[in-house]
Amino acid sequence: MPMAGEKGRGRLFVIAVPYLWLLALFLAPFLIVFKISLSQDAVAQPPYTPLLDFSQGWAGFVDFLSGLSFDNYLYVLDFSNEFIEAYGSSLVIASISTLLLLLVGYPIAYAMARAPRSIQPTLLMLVILPFWTSFLIRVYAWIGILSPEGLLNQGLMALGVIDEPLEILNTDIAVYIGIVYSYLPFMVLPLYSALEKLDETLLEAAADLGCPPTKAFWTITFPLSLPGVAAGALLCFIPAVGEFVIPDLLGGSNTLMIGKSLWTEFTVNRSWTVSSAVAVLLLLVLVIPIVIYQNIQQRELEAGK
Amino acid sequence: MAAEKPRNQTIGAVRRTFAPWTDPDKKPLIRFENVVKRFGDFTAVDNVSLDIYEREFFALLGPSGCGKTTLMRMLAGFEQPTQGRLTLAGADISEVPPYRRPVNMMFQSYALFPHMNVMDNIAFGLKQDKMPKADIAARVEEMLKLTKLETFAKRKPHQLSGGQRQRVALARSLAKRPKVLLLDEPLGALDKKLREETQFELMDLQMDLGMTFLIVTHDQEEAMTVADRIAVMNHGVLMQVAPPSEIYEQPATRYVADFIGEVNLVEGKVISASSEETRLTSPITPHPLHVTQGLDAKPGDEACIAIRPEKLRISLDPPADTSVNCFEGEIWDIGYLGDLSIYHVELACGQRIKVSQPNLSRVVQRPITWDDKVWVTFAPHAGVVLTR
Repeated sequence: MPMAGEKGRGRLFVIAVPYLWLLALFLAPFLIVFKISLSQDAVAQPPYTPLLDFSQGWAGFVDFLSGLSFDNYLYVLDFSNEFIEAYGSSLVIASISTLLLLLVGYPIAYAMARAPRSIQPTLLMLVILPFWTSFLIRVYAWIGILSPEGLLNQGLMALGVIDEPLEILNTDIAVYIGIVYSYLPFMVLPLYSALEKLDETLLEAAADLGCPPTKAFWTITFPLSLPGVAAGALLCFIPAVGEFVIPDLLGGSNTLMIGKSLWTEFTVNRSWTVSSAVAVLLLLVLVIPIVIYQNIQQRELEAGK
Repeated sequence: MAAEKPRNQTIGAVRRTFAPWTDPDKKPLIRFENVVKRFGDFTAVDNVSLDIYEREFFALLGPSGCGKTTLMRMLAGFEQPTQGRLTLAGADISEVPPYRRPVNMMFQSYALFPHMNVMDNIAFGLKQDKMPKADIAARVEEMLKLTKLETFAKRKPHQLSGGQRQRVALARSLAKRPKVLLLDEPLGALDKKLREETQFELMDLQMDLGMTFLIVTHDQEEAMTVADRIAVMNHGVLMQVAPPSEIYEQPATRYVADFIGEVNLVEGKVISASSEETRLTSPITPHPLHVTQGLDAKPGDEACIAIRPEKLRISLDPPADTSVNCFEGEIWDIGYLGDLSIYHVELACGQRIKVSQPNLSRVVQRPITWDDKVWVTFAPHAGVVLTR
């Protein structure tokens, strides 16, 4: 059947493009990082051994394999080296940030979904608008706001609310502010899309059956928006765990996050191998929430059918 | 639809002996008093006064946008009247929020909670009332049985067919035993056969439970079938409130006559009016027409005579009986519907009149056919004079 053959080829082509993309830009770099994480540091170019030497043939390959080890992982997992602590602290900061994002994002998304239809596109635009400015510049701007001489402290002092500047910059609080600010659109958009789909006659039906509005929110609106809550939470949690720019610029020397540790390991200690091991372990830590997220999306798709 | 039925005797005699609206001492359960509802510049409900009695099956009938749904939503509490009063069992409920009204609604879209199974949907209203768990379980069981949904109790709404969802919605709205059940186009999403079956189920249910049902529909057959009384609405105004047979046989206005069933409207001018009969001239015949229904016209009034197609008779010869009204025409078209045939008769003045005749014998030899000159007759009591 020539028709089926053509159709099959066409389908193969369409599927092949994203797969090749993932292969070239995700899997290949990951394998390189994984290989480096199994290597040892060396004063050389590149700064690790062993390297695969093709001129030696099969013996060279065996040599290469025997040169790989999990030593870097043991080093990272050693409690005295503070990496475990950094992973833990990252997870805590990301969890608290996600919770804060949910608390801030849900009312915004709810208000947007309940706003008149005609102004909803504008509101959506306003949520996305910050993306038009560089992320880095926006985080820098927070230094200007939060610093002791910054807008916030000067404003509060001028109003007489406080006598001396609050110490916000270079603390974990600044990190939370930074993460909540930067990630808010990723929380608001999935929540909005879930809430916007909600049929308002369901709330009328609830009221009709004797359910006051506040209770109807918790028994109808919130449960039906859970897919949006999960999507938003994971979209924020996953990148927040590995966040580097925000703790580096806004956090203090005490702020321990794995992204920052990785950066220090790579640039200050110049250890490609250990930082690679940190990166691979970070990926493993995040695989669990990513799988959960995929599961939810899968269920959403099936429910939609 | 049987013609020549003695008037004032209504269809379905057992049921229709119920007529609290004729008893001046009877207090209505629901009372709309000069209710007006405006949305911006648009007047959805225009000065409606309406009484609905306990145990009544009442239908609000009209085309879409006529205000019938708004009227119902005001009773449910989703809309507030702009003016006027709305009372339930004597108490003004205009300010009562929907969740405190002893009224439940079955929504057109059913509005089933998608994250709850059938049982939880039905139990939802009962849980709001803090009913004891055992009582809730018993009531849910009863409702499942009533709506023949026992085997679907654990299913989610998306696992049900349209007809099953409709029954869940009905069970949910009945579970709290409301004083009044509001049904918003309850059968609109069902196919014709299922719709007709369900109409009779609804009637039985309403009788058995002794509740007051208020149904909103644009389907006149549905309203005629289920309701004790029908209110015909148009542009936010009540055109007529009456039992189905009266709406059909004694329409108050041209609009009602035209909206319900098929009708011929013959324009005319009143020449004399007495308490017995009204005589009119009309372009359809040189002779005056005698009509004994709808006697509020005065001599000189422009009026029209509404005659249902099944109340006209057609023949090839002039009638022997001179007491009936008659006029001449030519067969323009014939529509064969099986049980009846519709004859379109073109008159000399250009108007076309529809006459329906039951096909009592096989139509192989049809006595009347295309282009035949025919006589159309109707008895004086078969037409209604309408001045509005």
